[in-house]
Amino acid sequence: MYAQMVTSDPRDETVEGQAFQARIDAGEKIEPRDWMPEGYRKTLIRQIGQHAHSEIVGQLPEGNWITRAPTLERKAILLAKVQDEAGHGLYLYCAAETLGVSRDEMTEMLLDGRMKYSSIFSYPTLTWADMGAVGWLVDGAAIMNQVPLQRTSYGPYARAMIRVCKEESFHQRQGFDIMMKMAKGTPAQKKMAQDALNRFWYPSLMMFGPSDKDSVHSAQSMAWKIKMNTNDELRQKFVDLTVPQAEYLGLTIPDPDLKWNEERGHYDYSEPDWSEFYDVLKGNGPCSVDRIETRKKAWDDGAWVREALMAHSEKQKTKVAAE
Amino acid sequence: MTTELFEYLLRLGDNSLVLGHRLSEWCGKSPILEEDIAISNTALDFIGQTQLWLGLAATVEGQGRSADDLAMLRDVWDFRNLLLVEQPNGNFGETIMRQYLFDAWHVLLLDGLTRSHHQEISAIAQKVVKEVRYHIERSRDLVIRLGDGTPVSHEKMQIALDRLWPYVGEMFDVDPVEHTLIEQGLIPDTSTLRAAFDAEVLKTFATATLTLPSSNFAHLGGKSGKRHSEHLGHLLTQMQWLQRAYPGATW
Amino acid sequence: MTEPKAPEWPLWEVFIRGQHGASHRHVGSLHAPDAEMAIKHARDVYTRRKEGVSIWVVPTTAIAASNPDMKGPLYDPSDSKPYRHPTFFDIPKEIGTM
Repeated sequence: MYAQMVTSDPRDETVEGQAFQARIDAGEKIEPRDWMPEGYRKTLIRQIGQHAHSEIVGQLPEGNWITRAPTLERKAILLAKVQDEAGHGLYLYCAAETLGVSRDEMTEMLLDGRMKYSSIFSYPTLTWADMGAVGWLVDGAAIMNQVPLQRTSYGPYARAMIRVCKEESFHQRQGFDIMMKMAKGTPAQKKMAQDALNRFWYPSLMMFGPSDKDSVHSAQSMAWKIKMNTNDELRQKFVDLTVPQAEYLGLTIPDPDLKWNEERGHYDYSEPDWSEFYDVLKGNGPCSVDRIETRKKAWDDGAWVREALMAHSEKQKTKVAAE
Repeated sequence: MTTELFEYLLRLGDNSLVLGHRLSEWCGKSPILEEDIAISNTALDFIGQTQLWLGLAATVEGQGRSADDLAMLRDVWDFRNLLLVEQPNGNFGETIMRQYLFDAWHVLLLDGLTRSHHQEISAIAQKVVKEVRYHIERSRDLVIRLGDGTPVSHEKMQIALDRLWPYVGEMFDVDPVEHTLIEQGLIPDTSTLRAAFDAEVLKTFATATLTLPSSNFAHLGGKSGKRHSEHLGHLLTQMQWLQRAYPGATW
Repeated sequence: MTEPKAPEWPLWEVFIRGQHGASHRHVGSLHAPDAEMAIKHARDVYTRRKEGVSIWVVPTTAIAASNPDMKGPLYDPSDSKPYRHPTFFDIPKEIGTM
């Protein structure tokens, strides 16, 4: 997901740790000034930070098409959507900051590779249909994860997710709307739509992360209610919802083994190539280097602006004090 | 009159279109998240204004073209925007300086257009002027802060002002197209707005510790379409690419 | 990033009043060099969907908060004062709205 493979620090087995777990079990929200185990705090910083980074890096693949959007309306919608992602990154950074880490520190950790962002944003957007596929599949997958996180145990994180989900409801719809136009358009547009689905299907499935049946980290995060469902549950739910939508569009999901399993009441589907996933996470995605370079350039180029605006404020304060 | 009105509406629409496009190039790349969001808001305002002005232009023309047709299917010589707005973004300071010089003129112009005898023009201007009043609040504030920030930012802002000042004169150049419309009470006479513009920018630059260039030389040729800069063609190759590559498709 | 780092912009808490006369409500935070810019940023970040008509910003460091460890002593005592709520009293139906 937007926070993939977040390792969870071990549970605190002290008396305080057990009392803390009891509060979570009782459905209480944990707030910034409350006592919390160090493991909970660290795991959350990693998870929320990675989620925030994903929103910010996630601006780039779609931002890639803002200047090439085919109509004025599409341009406005896409720009508004990518702008929302900046906003979501901002809300999430603020939530992480309540845990005692600054946004600048997190930004540096993203830029020097100590913190990750979601694997999906290391893939290129090559045609306009990719704007459809990203909205439909990538935002669709993200929503699966974000809706339950509105009930996560950490108050600021839950509140950020509530805001994100409220704003994000139009994102997936605009993606599907692009796909509908393309799938019912000229032969070239239909080809573009199918090509986009072919390229984004497996990377979208990877967003949920590898199967976590045996993962100790997942079990801990679920006990702390900072992870609400298993990766497999969410992935299955995503496939079940998406297959009929692809059928409606008249597009073919690039999985010859995809079929309805009457007994399970779910679709059977092929696993993505997990070695590709691990490569991407290691920074070997098709656009991994470009993405971080772009963010680093923006950050470095903007340093004089951030510094100057602060310097001006300081000057004004000194002036007022002198008067 | 229809020809002149169409021409003039293209000027309004193309200014918004090209400047909105330039601002949208910042999305995801601004100096800080808060500014990224703010600059996209301004870009969105301009895209909206484009739809209104080019939409009205298309209606006035009456040839069955839409605002999108006008945006996506005209070549450089048919564009009527000011040279100022097609200048590349440069660094953040140049973008903000370009924005401020444009806003300082734009707000005066729109205020005049709210009193147009043309009902639709007046209605659009009344909606748009509210957006533009916020734009200048923001760009003026940033020019002052960056001009009077650090030595580095001061120097960058002075360079930006020197670089862009020669594009100011075109905004106040009244040509036959505008003369016709001024006589009919459809648009304000921009030459009469120059004093207010100068007062605005002089005050801002004084606070920003920036020096106004001594020469008032003005590049012309954007709004008349006679000679755009080389930059516009590159902008259009991106903006119009899909519509050109797949003619007749619906998006 | 070899030069000494510039200090980060301070954090502000943002409060917005909606259109229907309710109180200002905390909506989130943001970074800004001073109050004036914080208000502008709040307008751009937190009212993109016309969420409000008035903005307050407060430096995060200026907020004093109650002690979370005192939750019990501070808030539990009001549990035992149900008579402060209108539903405590049974008013006969015949009386109507009260």
